[in-house]
Amino acid sequence: MTDTMKVSEIESTELAPAVETTAKRGVRWTAVAMWAVALGVLALLGWGLIQANAPRPEVGEVAPPFTVEFFTGYEWQGQPSVALEDLRGKVVVLNFWASWCVECRYEADVLENASRQYAPDEVVFLGVAYADVEPNSLAYMQEFGVSYPHAPDLGTRISNSYEITGVPETFVIGPDGKIVYVHIGPINQTTLNRVIAQAMEGGS
Amino acid sequence: MKERLRITDYGLCFTFCGLLLTLLFLTAGVAMAQTGEVTDDEVNAVAKDLFCPVCESTPLDVCPTKACADWRELIRTQLAEGKTRAEIHDYFARQYGDGVLADPPKRGFSLILWALPVIGVAIGGVLFVRYVRNLRREGDAAATAVVPTTLSPASAASVLQPIVPLEASGDYVSRVEEELLARK
Amino acid sequence: MIPDLGTIALGFAFGTAVYAALAAWYGHRTDQPRWVESARNATIITLPLVALACFLLIISLLRSDFSIEYVWRVSSRGMPDYLKVTALWGGQAGSLLFWNFLLAVFTAAAMMRNWRRQRELMAYAIMVASFTQIFFLGLSLFIENPFNRLAFVSPDGNGLNPLLRHPGMIIHPPMLYLGFVGFTIPYAFGMAALMSGKLDDTWIRLTRRWTLVAWLFLSLGLILGGRWAYDVLGWGGYWAWDPVENASLMPWLAGTAFLHSVMIQEKRDMFKMWNMFLIVLTFCLVISGTFIVRSGVISSVHSFAQSAIGPLFFGFIAIMFVFSVYWLSKRHEALKSENHLNSFLSREAAFLYNNFLILAILAVVFLFTYYPIFSELITGEKGFVGPPVYEQATGPLFGALVLLMGVAPMTMWYRTSAQRIGMGVRWPALAALIFIGVLIVLGIRDWRALLGLWIVSFAAILTLLEFWKGTRGRMKAKGEPPWTAFATLMGRNRRRYGGYWIHMGVIVMAFGIISMELFQEQTQIRLTVGDTLSLGRYEMQFLGASRFPGPDDLLITQATVDVYDNGRYVGQFYPRTELYTRTNQPMTIPDARSTISEDFYMLMINWEPTSSNQATFRVYLNPLVNWVWAGGIIFVIGTLIAAWPDRKEELVTVSRPHQTVLAGGD
Repeated sequence: MTDTMKVSEIESTELAPAVETTAKRGVRWTAVAMWAVALGVLALLGWGLIQANAPRPEVGEVAPPFTVEFFTGYEWQGQPSVALEDLRGKVVVLNFWASWCVECRYEADVLENASRQYAPDEVVFLGVAYADVEPNSLAYMQEFGVSYPHAPDLGTRISNSYEITGVPETFVIGPDGKIVYVHIGPINQTTLNRVIAQAMEGGS
Repeated sequence: MKERLRITDYGLCFTFCGLLLTLLFLTAGVAMAQTGEVTDDEVNAVAKDLFCPVCESTPLDVCPTKACADWRELIRTQLAEGKTRAEIHDYFARQYGDGVLADPPKRGFSLILWALPVIGVAIGGVLFVRYVRNLRREGDAAATAVVPTTLSPASAASVLQPIVPLEASGDYVSRVEEELLARK
Repeated sequence: MIPDLGTIALGFAFGTAVYAALAAWYGHRTDQPRWVESARNATIITLPLVALACFLLIISLLRSDFSIEYVWRVSSRGMPDYLKVTALWGGQAGSLLFWNFLLAVFTAAAMMRNWRRQRELMAYAIMVASFTQIFFLGLSLFIENPFNRLAFVSPDGNGLNPLLRHPGMIIHPPMLYLGFVGFTIPYAFGMAALMSGKLDDTWIRLTRRWTLVAWLFLSLGLILGGRWAYDVLGWGGYWAWDPVENASLMPWLAGTAFLHSVMIQEKRDMFKMWNMFLIVLTFCLVISGTFIVRSGVISSVHSFAQSAIGPLFFGFIAIMFVFSVYWLSKRHEALKSENHLNSFLSREAAFLYNNFLILAILAVVFLFTYYPIFSELITGEKGFVGPPVYEQATGPLFGALVLLMGVAPMTMWYRTSAQRIGMGVRWPALAALIFIGVLIVLGIRDWRALLGLWIVSFAAILTLLEFWKGTRGRMKAKGEPPWTAFATLMGRNRRRYGGYWIHMGVIVMAFGIISMELFQEQTQIRLTVGDTLSLGRYEMQFLGASRFPGPDDLLITQATVDVYDNGRYVGQFYPRTELYTRTNQPMTIPDARSTISEDFYMLMINWEPTSSNQATFRVYLNPLVNWVWAGGIIFVIGTLIAAWPDRKEELVTVSRPHQTVLAGGD
């Protein structure tokens, strides 16, 4: 036992110079790789953190752009689809909803009434169905006799860019394309009227 | 010599078993029958690999929310229309984004999910094999260089001991016994 | 009063931790051992202070003191007392405090136990461990103080998250935390070795048991987590490749690689750099895993709500990463051990293959877990990787690992001839093949199952043979009866045979996992009262359901079903749904007829009492699922055997640092 112990000690000292040359080359490479991986992972984590803590689009910020294709039977000024940029100069009430969402039912009539109350070239109402299946969406819209344009959220992209926390959620966007108001949960008539008025003033 | 003969025997044995396996595989035939009514099981089989955005990390087939129940109903409708599992998955990916698929589509950026492991393990494997071979070469160098020159004959013998006698003796039991005795 | 005391205790604990780090640094710098000793005493004093804070929080929880925000958030008056106690780790702030407590326990224990042995390392180890403690205590004190008062007075609290009200969940988090926290000790000593330049294997010998203990708790945490998912989450499985699960699997993998490769350094004094790298990697995975779970970077069912600790935690991780890599690259030259192999077929080579496979699995899991962030960074859309992809990618690697696990114990240090291994494996290989033949005759056709089961049964035979050969050797040499021989064998070679015992646990689990993956059956059907459904040999009759209030805010809907196995009545079962009315959170709790060969696992997913007398059931046939748990128990016993303190062995290793010659195993 003791003999072998000595041997391995001798081995490690005696052989060191022989391996030195190959070792040196390896050193820098390994160190660089370690730094690269560590910093890369750090960057990824940091970026993820920024993303996770990113504030949702807030009042005063420019509303994220999107284009929607309406459900069949719906249109805006004869068009089957619309982009948010095309609506500049108008107040946009963007409402996220789903047929499976109970609370959305509380506000459906409110929104429908409001949409009839304002001139269509001043205030545009847009409904976006979140994670909803088409037959149910259509049935829901029929149930509430919704007349303003509604669209499915293809690829769940709009919901993601507005970082909605759930449905219903309503964004009121001013004529300048900036968000005037964000409402989480079902909205009521008074609030809606107040913020639309506010948006129209702010824009002019 | 005797050893070699015995190995051949086992070789025969292996071949026989292999043939047996192949035969059994060939005789196995399973046919799937298609029935009219779409059952919950058929729906679940498709839903199992979908994830709805409402309940993250929960597969669609077990998610209790109303939204997921609606999605399953849609799957049922589409199955009744005769759509295949792949078509339905495609539809959901188009409608709600690729994020709903448990098995991301093999296109665009998500290709790295397949490419990186394969390439990574392959490159890693090649580097690893080269590294180990290098170690092996150094091992040979160490064995020839160190032992005769720097050691007394006695300790040289003890270095070689683990290499040679174990090779020769080849008897596990005696090795364990020795070791156990040594530990006493 | 009590909350103030709690904050004061935390404040003092923070103070002692800061003092410990500074005193250790100063004492070491000025070469005054008295300062280092004082620093060590400070780390030990931290423990009762943090324990006091924990105790005060538990008292507040038991007294339902809803003036404290945390108590209000995680408990309610109606909760049973044991749940009030476990609510200590039911939310972010409390679990951070608990985490601090465990860290203090480990640090104090390591300082007391290792004090006499390695003074050179101690100052640095205290600095690293105390720095970690300072960070977590800082979080508890300044960011997530569990003793913060509520601005209003509330008559009752929110109650504990329903998911956490299960017995499995009571012990699962502490086990995981113990595992996570435990790795701080080997990391601290590893870094101490790097910083002091005392790079021999002292640090490994000092921390071997700590590593095994941390690893044991992490394994227990993983197994209990699986059991909890199986019993509570109601989807018929135990592992979903959820980011949070992966966050604990990854350090476990790295720790497993480390536990294997340190043996090369102990035996042959090679791969010093590699071992150091592995312990650093393990620790970095521990903290980054904790980070993603607690900061909401990757969302998951298990993760805590978004919180303010994110940026600070990120800062801590950045410091630890940079600090570790800096010292690793600085000592790279000195750590350069002269590595060489005498043969591709040797014990040391086998450990290298093991490391390669484990790290490959780790890399794949890492890529998939972080893919959502990665994908959002590149494409702007949050991607998602589901279980099928994980299984495809890791399956073959796990298969290769089990195969290696079976064959590797036959290799010897330095070299083994191919002939010897060939002779060793041919009979077991043939036996396993015959077993597969039997399975084919029984009707199993899936090639993945057949290949997997061949590997697992082959490894099982080889592992059992190791026990047999050792026992027989003793019986022959000593004339001992078989059981005595076996017991003495285990007792005398705890590490080696404990290791094989762990391998056996893995093999038993693997049988269960393969069966569950490939042969799980399920069906879902709506039944009217009196109807039956059948799956496999089981038949289930729906007798009726009832709805009644449970403890606290719980509303239970319970079905009563009779189960028949091959037409034979085996008992009445009660799958149920629970609704926590305060949060409106539903849970589907299964009931199962459980046997060694399979579980008949029943879920009631819907009951319509008014419209009809119908309920929808979902039943699973989970083949060999109990093997997973049994394997887990074997695994834990094996780890206990390997980790059990043994004065004699420690003396042996200390006096003979390089056992080279005959000890084939360990």
